[in-house]
Amino acid sequence: MEEIVIIRDVLEVNNNVAHENKVIKDEKNILMVNLIGSPGAGKTTFILRAIENLKVPCAVIEGDVTSDIDARKMAERNIPVVQINTGGSCHLNAGSVNKALKALSFDDGIVFIENVGNLICPSAFELGEDFKLAMANVPEGDDKPYKYPALFTKAKAVVLNKIDMLPFFEFNKKFFYDGIRALNPDAPIFEVSARTGEGFGEFAKWLEEEYHKFRQDK
Amino acid sequence: MTQSLVDMVLEEAEKREVKKVTKVTVVIGELTGLESESIKFYFDILSENTVAEGAELTFKIIKAQFKCRQCGTIFERSNFTFNCPVCGGVGVLVNKGKEFYIESIEVE
Repeated sequence: MEEIVIIRDVLEVNNNVAHENKVIKDEKNILMVNLIGSPGAGKTTFILRAIENLKVPCAVIEGDVTSDIDARKMAERNIPVVQINTGGSCHLNAGSVNKALKALSFDDGIVFIENVGNLICPSAFELGEDFKLAMANVPEGDDKPYKYPALFTKAKAVVLNKIDMLPFFEFNKKFFYDGIRALNPDAPIFEVSARTGEGFGEFAKWLEEEYHKFRQDK
Repeated sequence: MTQSLVDMVLEEAEKREVKKVTKVTVVIGELTGLESESIKFYFDILSENTVAEGAELTFKIIKAQFKCRQCGTIFERSNFTFNCPVCGGVGVLVNKGKEFYIESIEVE
Protein backbone atom coordinates (compact mmCIF):
# COMPACT_ATOMS: atom_id res chain seq x y z
CA MET A 1 0.00 0.00 0.00
CA GLU A 2 1.42 3.36 -0.98
CA GLU A 3 -0.02 6.83 -0.70
CA ILE A 4 0.70 9.21 -3.57
CA VAL A 5 0.11 12.91 -3.15
CA ILE A 6 -1.47 14.34 -6.30
CA ILE A 7 -3.02 17.81 -5.70
CA ARG A 8 -4.65 18.27 -9.09
CA ASP A 9 -7.66 20.39 -9.89
CA VAL A 10 -10.37 18.02 -11.06
CA LEU A 11 -11.52 20.54 -13.64
CA GLU A 12 -8.04 21.02 -15.12
CA VAL A 13 -8.94 19.56 -18.54
CA ASN A 14 -12.01 21.77 -18.84
CA ASN A 15 -9.99 24.80 -17.76
CA ASN A 16 -7.38 24.21 -20.46
CA VAL A 17 -10.05 24.22 -23.17
CA ALA A 18 -11.64 27.29 -21.57
CA HIS A 19 -8.32 29.05 -21.96
CA GLU A 20 -8.26 28.12 -25.64
CA ASN A 21 -11.79 29.54 -26.00
CA LYS A 22 -10.61 32.79 -24.50
CA VAL A 23 -7.88 33.07 -27.13
CA ILE A 24 -10.38 32.35 -29.94
CA LYS A 25 -12.95 34.88 -28.77
CA ASP A 26 -10.28 37.55 -28.15
CA GLU A 27 -9.08 37.13 -31.74
CA LYS A 28 -12.67 37.70 -32.89
CA ASN A 29 -12.98 40.80 -30.66
CA ILE A 30 -15.83 39.19 -28.78
CA LEU A 31 -16.87 40.00 -25.22
CA MET A 32 -18.37 36.73 -23.99
CA VAL A 33 -20.98 36.72 -21.22
CA ASN A 34 -21.97 33.47 -19.49
CA LEU A 35 -25.59 33.87 -18.32
CA ILE A 36 -26.56 31.49 -15.51
CA GLY A 37 -30.00 31.17 -13.94
CA SER A 38 -32.58 28.53 -13.06
CA PRO A 39 -35.08 27.02 -15.54
CA GLY A 40 -37.85 29.54 -16.16
CA ALA A 41 -35.82 32.47 -14.78
CA GLY A 42 -36.42 34.30 -18.05
CA LYS A 43 -32.94 33.99 -19.55
CA THR A 44 -34.05 33.83 -23.19
CA THR A 45 -36.47 36.75 -22.85
CA PHE A 46 -33.78 38.68 -21.00
CA ILE A 47 -31.24 38.18 -23.80
CA LEU A 48 -33.77 39.22 -26.45
CA ARG A 49 -34.64 42.35 -24.51
CA ALA A 50 -30.99 43.17 -23.80
CA ILE A 51 -30.11 42.88 -27.49
CA GLU A 52 -32.98 45.25 -28.36
CA ASN A 53 -31.40 47.82 -26.05
CA LEU A 54 -27.72 47.35 -26.93
CA LYS A 55 -26.00 49.47 -29.54
CA VAL A 56 -23.28 46.81 -29.93
CA PRO A 57 -23.82 43.85 -32.34
CA CYS A 58 -24.73 40.65 -30.48
CA ALA A 59 -24.85 36.90 -31.04
CA VAL A 60 -25.99 34.01 -28.88
CA ILE A 61 -24.79 30.52 -27.96
CA GLU A 62 -27.79 28.59 -26.67
CA GLY A 63 -27.25 25.73 -24.24
CA ASP A 64 -30.08 23.29 -23.59
CA VAL A 65 -30.32 19.66 -22.63
CA THR A 66 -32.45 19.14 -25.71
CA SER A 67 -34.56 21.11 -28.26
CA ASP A 68 -33.84 24.26 -30.28
CA ILE A 69 -36.82 26.33 -29.11
CA ASP A 70 -34.64 29.13 -27.73
CA ALA A 71 -32.33 29.19 -30.76
CA ARG A 72 -35.32 29.56 -33.07
CA LYS A 73 -36.53 32.58 -31.10
CA MET A 74 -33.13 34.21 -31.74
CA ALA A 75 -33.03 33.22 -35.43
CA GLU A 76 -36.54 34.65 -36.00
CA ARG A 77 -35.10 38.03 -35.05
CA ASN A 78 -32.04 37.55 -37.28
CA ILE A 79 -29.71 37.22 -34.30
CA PRO A 80 -26.69 35.00 -35.12
CA VAL A 81 -27.10 31.88 -32.98
CA VAL A 82 -25.56 28.45 -32.44
CA GLN A 83 -27.41 25.80 -30.45
CA ILE A 84 -25.62 23.36 -28.15
CA ASN A 85 -27.60 20.33 -26.98
CA THR A 86 -25.88 18.75 -24.02
CA GLY A 87 -27.85 15.50 -24.34
CA GLY A 88 -28.56 15.11 -20.65
CA SER A 89 -25.81 17.14 -19.05
CA CYS A 90 -27.04 19.90 -16.75
CA HIS A 91 -24.36 22.43 -17.70
CA LEU A 92 -22.22 23.60 -20.61
CA ASN A 93 -18.55 22.70 -20.63
CA ALA A 94 -15.64 24.36 -22.39
CA GLY A 95 -15.47 21.66 -25.08
CA SER A 96 -19.01 22.25 -26.34
CA VAL A 97 -18.53 26.02 -26.33
CA ASN A 98 -15.28 25.54 -28.29
CA LYS A 99 -17.23 23.88 -31.12
CA ALA A 100 -19.98 26.51 -30.96
CA LEU A 101 -17.47 29.37 -31.11
CA LYS A 102 -15.88 27.87 -34.20
CA ALA A 103 -19.29 27.42 -35.82
CA LEU A 104 -20.45 30.95 -35.06
CA SER A 105 -19.69 33.37 -37.89
CA PHE A 106 -19.58 36.53 -35.84
CA ASP A 107 -16.92 39.10 -34.93
CA ASP A 108 -16.68 42.43 -33.10
CA GLY A 109 -19.47 42.35 -30.56
CA ILE A 110 -21.01 40.67 -27.55
CA VAL A 111 -21.80 36.95 -27.38
CA PHE A 112 -24.30 35.83 -24.77
CA ILE A 113 -23.94 32.23 -23.71
CA GLU A 114 -27.28 31.06 -22.33
CA ASN A 115 -26.23 28.26 -20.03
CA VAL A 116 -28.47 25.30 -19.17
CA GLY A 117 -31.06 26.31 -16.57
CA ASN A 118 -29.40 25.38 -13.27
CA LEU A 119 -27.79 27.36 -10.44
CA ILE A 120 -25.18 24.80 -9.38
CA CYS A 121 -23.09 22.99 -11.98
CA PRO A 122 -22.84 25.79 -14.60
CA SER A 123 -21.01 27.95 -12.08
CA ALA A 124 -18.23 25.33 -11.71
CA PHE A 125 -17.31 25.05 -15.40
CA GLU A 126 -15.25 27.84 -16.93
CA LEU A 127 -16.13 28.34 -20.59
CA GLY A 128 -13.55 30.98 -21.50
CA GLU A 129 -16.04 33.77 -20.90
CA ASP A 130 -15.08 37.30 -19.89
CA PHE A 131 -17.47 37.03 -16.98
CA LYS A 132 -20.51 35.30 -15.52
CA LEU A 133 -23.82 37.07 -15.17
CA ALA A 134 -25.99 35.58 -12.42
CA MET A 135 -29.76 35.77 -12.80
CA ALA A 136 -32.25 35.54 -9.96
CA ASN A 137 -35.93 36.37 -10.25
CA VAL A 138 -38.68 37.55 -7.93
CA PRO A 139 -41.04 34.51 -7.97
CA GLU A 140 -38.26 32.03 -7.17
CA GLY A 141 -37.53 33.85 -3.92
CA ASP A 142 -35.05 36.06 -2.10
CA ASP A 143 -32.94 33.25 -0.61
CA LYS A 144 -30.96 32.24 -3.71
CA PRO A 145 -27.63 33.83 -2.66
CA TYR A 146 -27.77 31.83 0.58
CA LYS A 147 -28.65 28.55 -1.12
CA TYR A 148 -26.40 28.82 -4.18
CA PRO A 149 -23.46 30.92 -3.00
CA ALA A 150 -20.97 29.68 -5.63
CA LEU A 151 -22.74 31.39 -8.51
CA PHE A 152 -23.21 34.69 -6.71
CA THR A 153 -19.60 34.65 -5.57
CA LYS A 154 -18.20 34.19 -9.07
CA ALA A 155 -20.53 36.49 -11.02
CA LYS A 156 -19.33 39.92 -12.11
CA ALA A 157 -22.89 41.25 -11.96
CA VAL A 158 -26.30 40.08 -10.84
CA VAL A 159 -29.63 40.52 -12.59
CA LEU A 160 -32.88 40.37 -10.63
CA ASN A 161 -35.54 39.63 -13.23
CA LYS A 162 -39.37 39.80 -13.07
CA ILE A 163 -39.25 42.91 -10.93
CA ASP A 164 -42.83 43.64 -12.11
CA MET A 165 -43.91 40.67 -9.98
CA LEU A 166 -42.81 42.31 -6.69
CA PRO A 167 -46.36 43.26 -5.61
CA PHE A 168 -47.44 39.61 -5.85
CA PHE A 169 -44.64 37.86 -3.95
CA GLU A 170 -43.12 38.18 -0.52
CA PHE A 171 -39.67 39.05 -1.75
CA ASN A 172 -37.45 40.71 0.85
CA LYS A 173 -35.06 42.86 -1.18
CA LYS A 174 -32.85 43.71 1.77
CA PHE A 175 -32.33 40.01 2.57
CA PHE A 176 -31.49 39.35 -1.08
CA TYR A 177 -29.07 42.29 -1.35
CA ASP A 178 -27.39 41.43 1.99
CA GLY A 179 -26.68 37.90 0.77
CA ILE A 180 -25.05 39.12 -2.42
CA ARG A 181 -23.07 41.84 -0.66
CA ALA A 182 -21.53 39.29 1.74
CA LEU A 183 -20.37 37.10 -1.13
CA ASN A 184 -19.57 39.71 -3.72
CA PRO A 185 -19.39 43.25 -2.32
CA ASP A 186 -18.72 45.09 -5.60
CA ALA A 187 -21.04 43.35 -8.07
CA PRO A 188 -23.62 45.66 -9.61
CA ILE A 189 -27.20 44.43 -9.22
CA PHE A 190 -29.67 45.24 -11.99
CA GLU A 191 -33.39 45.10 -11.31
CA VAL A 192 -35.19 44.40 -14.55
CA SER A 193 -38.33 43.02 -16.09
CA ALA A 194 -37.64 41.28 -19.36
CA ARG A 195 -41.40 41.26 -19.96
CA THR A 196 -41.97 45.02 -19.64
CA GLY A 197 -38.46 46.21 -20.51
CA GLU A 198 -38.03 48.03 -17.20
CA GLY A 199 -34.41 48.51 -16.11
CA PHE A 200 -32.78 47.63 -19.42
CA GLY A 201 -31.49 51.12 -20.15
CA GLU A 202 -29.17 50.95 -17.18
CA PHE A 203 -28.12 47.37 -17.86
CA ALA A 204 -27.37 48.07 -21.53
CA LYS A 205 -25.32 51.13 -20.60
CA TRP A 206 -23.24 49.09 -18.16
CA LEU A 207 -22.67 46.24 -20.63
CA GLU A 208 -21.71 48.64 -23.43
CA GLU A 209 -19.15 50.20 -21.10
CA GLU A 210 -17.77 46.74 -20.32
CA TYR A 211 -17.53 46.04 -24.05
CA HIS A 212 -15.70 49.29 -24.80
CA LYS A 213 -13.32 48.68 -21.88
CA PHE A 214 -12.62 45.21 -23.26
CA ARG A 215 -11.84 46.61 -26.72
CA GLN A 216 -9.59 49.33 -25.30
CA ASP A 217 -7.67 46.95 -23.05
CA LYS A 218 -6.76 44.67 -25.93
CA MET B 1 -17.84 16.31 -12.81
CA THR B 2 -17.27 12.81 -11.49
CA GLN B 3 -16.16 11.65 -14.94
CA SER B 4 -13.35 14.24 -14.80
CA LEU B 5 -12.43 12.90 -11.37
CA VAL B 6 -12.33 9.26 -12.53
CA ASP B 7 -10.35 10.18 -15.67
CA MET B 8 -7.78 11.99 -13.57
CA VAL B 9 -7.41 9.14 -11.09
CA LEU B 10 -6.92 6.66 -13.96
CA GLU B 11 -4.40 8.93 -15.65
CA GLU B 12 -2.34 9.23 -12.44
CA ALA B 13 -2.57 5.47 -11.91
CA GLU B 14 -1.45 4.72 -15.45
CA LYS B 15 1.53 7.09 -15.17
CA ARG B 16 2.78 5.03 -12.24
CA GLU B 17 1.73 1.68 -13.68
CA VAL B 18 -0.19 0.71 -10.54
CA LYS B 19 -2.39 -2.39 -10.47
CA LYS B 20 -5.06 -1.09 -8.16
CA VAL B 21 -6.24 2.17 -6.64
CA THR B 22 -7.61 1.49 -3.17
CA LYS B 23 -8.38 4.98 -1.90
CA VAL B 24 -8.92 8.47 -3.33
CA THR B 25 -8.96 11.60 -1.17
CA VAL B 26 -10.84 14.53 -2.62
CA VAL B 27 -11.01 18.07 -1.24
CA ILE B 28 -14.31 19.90 -1.76
CA GLY B 29 -15.07 23.49 -0.85
CA GLU B 30 -18.51 24.19 0.58
CA LEU B 31 -19.18 26.86 -2.05
CA THR B 32 -18.83 24.46 -4.97
CA GLY B 33 -22.25 23.03 -4.13
CA LEU B 34 -20.91 19.54 -4.82
CA GLU B 35 -22.45 16.65 -2.91
CA SER B 36 -20.01 14.00 -1.71
CA GLU B 37 -22.78 11.38 -1.72
CA SER B 38 -23.60 11.85 -5.38
CA ILE B 39 -19.92 11.96 -6.37
CA LYS B 40 -19.51 8.63 -4.57
CA PHE B 41 -22.54 7.17 -6.32
CA TYR B 42 -21.29 8.12 -9.79
CA PHE B 43 -17.68 7.24 -8.99
CA ASP B 44 -18.66 3.64 -8.26
CA ILE B 45 -20.48 3.37 -11.59
CA LEU B 46 -17.88 5.17 -13.70
CA SER B 47 -14.91 3.29 -12.24
CA GLU B 48 -16.34 -0.17 -12.96
CA ASN B 49 -13.88 -2.39 -14.84
CA THR B 50 -10.97 -0.01 -14.22
CA VAL B 51 -8.06 -0.12 -11.76
CA ALA B 52 -10.06 2.23 -9.55
CA GLU B 53 -13.04 -0.09 -9.21
CA GLY B 54 -13.97 -0.49 -5.55
CA ALA B 55 -11.67 2.32 -4.39
CA GLU B 56 -12.72 4.01 -1.19
CA LEU B 57 -13.54 7.70 -1.66
CA THR B 58 -12.86 10.03 1.23
CA PHE B 59 -13.72 13.70 1.29
CA LYS B 60 -12.25 16.66 3.09
CA ILE B 61 -14.85 19.41 3.19
CA ILE B 62 -13.57 22.96 3.42
CA LYS B 63 -16.03 25.38 4.94
CA ALA B 64 -16.42 28.84 3.44
CA GLN B 65 -15.12 31.55 5.74
CA PHE B 66 -16.41 35.06 6.24
CA LYS B 67 -14.79 38.04 7.88
CA CYS B 68 -16.87 40.54 9.80
CA ARG B 69 -16.57 44.08 8.42
CA GLN B 70 -17.13 45.56 11.85
CA CYS B 71 -15.14 43.51 14.35
CA GLY B 72 -12.92 41.44 12.04
CA THR B 73 -14.00 38.06 13.43
CA ILE B 74 -13.47 35.18 11.00
CA PHE B 75 -16.47 32.85 11.05
CA GLU B 76 -18.28 30.08 9.22
CA ARG B 77 -21.81 30.77 8.12
CA SER B 78 -24.89 29.27 9.64
CA ASN B 79 -28.06 28.80 7.62
CA PHE B 80 -29.58 31.81 5.88
CA THR B 81 -27.27 34.44 7.21
CA PHE B 82 -23.80 35.67 6.43
CA ASN B 83 -23.75 37.89 9.51
CA CYS B 84 -21.15 37.80 12.28
CA PRO B 85 -22.08 35.55 15.24
CA VAL B 86 -20.20 37.86 17.64
CA CYS B 87 -21.45 41.37 16.82
CA GLY B 88 -24.06 40.78 14.11
CA GLY B 89 -22.08 42.82 11.56
CA VAL B 90 -22.07 42.02 7.86
CA GLY B 91 -19.56 39.36 6.83
CA VAL B 92 -17.58 39.31 3.60
CA LEU B 93 -16.35 36.14 1.99
CA VAL B 94 -12.69 35.27 2.60
CA ASN B 95 -11.12 33.26 -0.18
CA LYS B 96 -11.98 29.77 1.02
CA GLY B 97 -14.58 27.19 0.09
CA LYS B 98 -14.12 27.03 -3.70
CA GLU B 99 -11.74 24.05 -3.71
CA PHE B 100 -12.24 20.91 -5.77
CA TYR B 101 -9.12 18.83 -6.19
CA ILE B 102 -7.65 15.36 -5.72
CA GLU B 103 -5.34 15.43 -2.76
CA SER B 104 -3.95 11.89 -2.91
CA ILE B 105 -4.53 8.32 -3.99
CA GLU B 106 -3.55 5.06 -2.30
CA VAL B 107 -2.37 2.33 -4.61
CA GLU B 108 -1.19 -1.26 -4.60
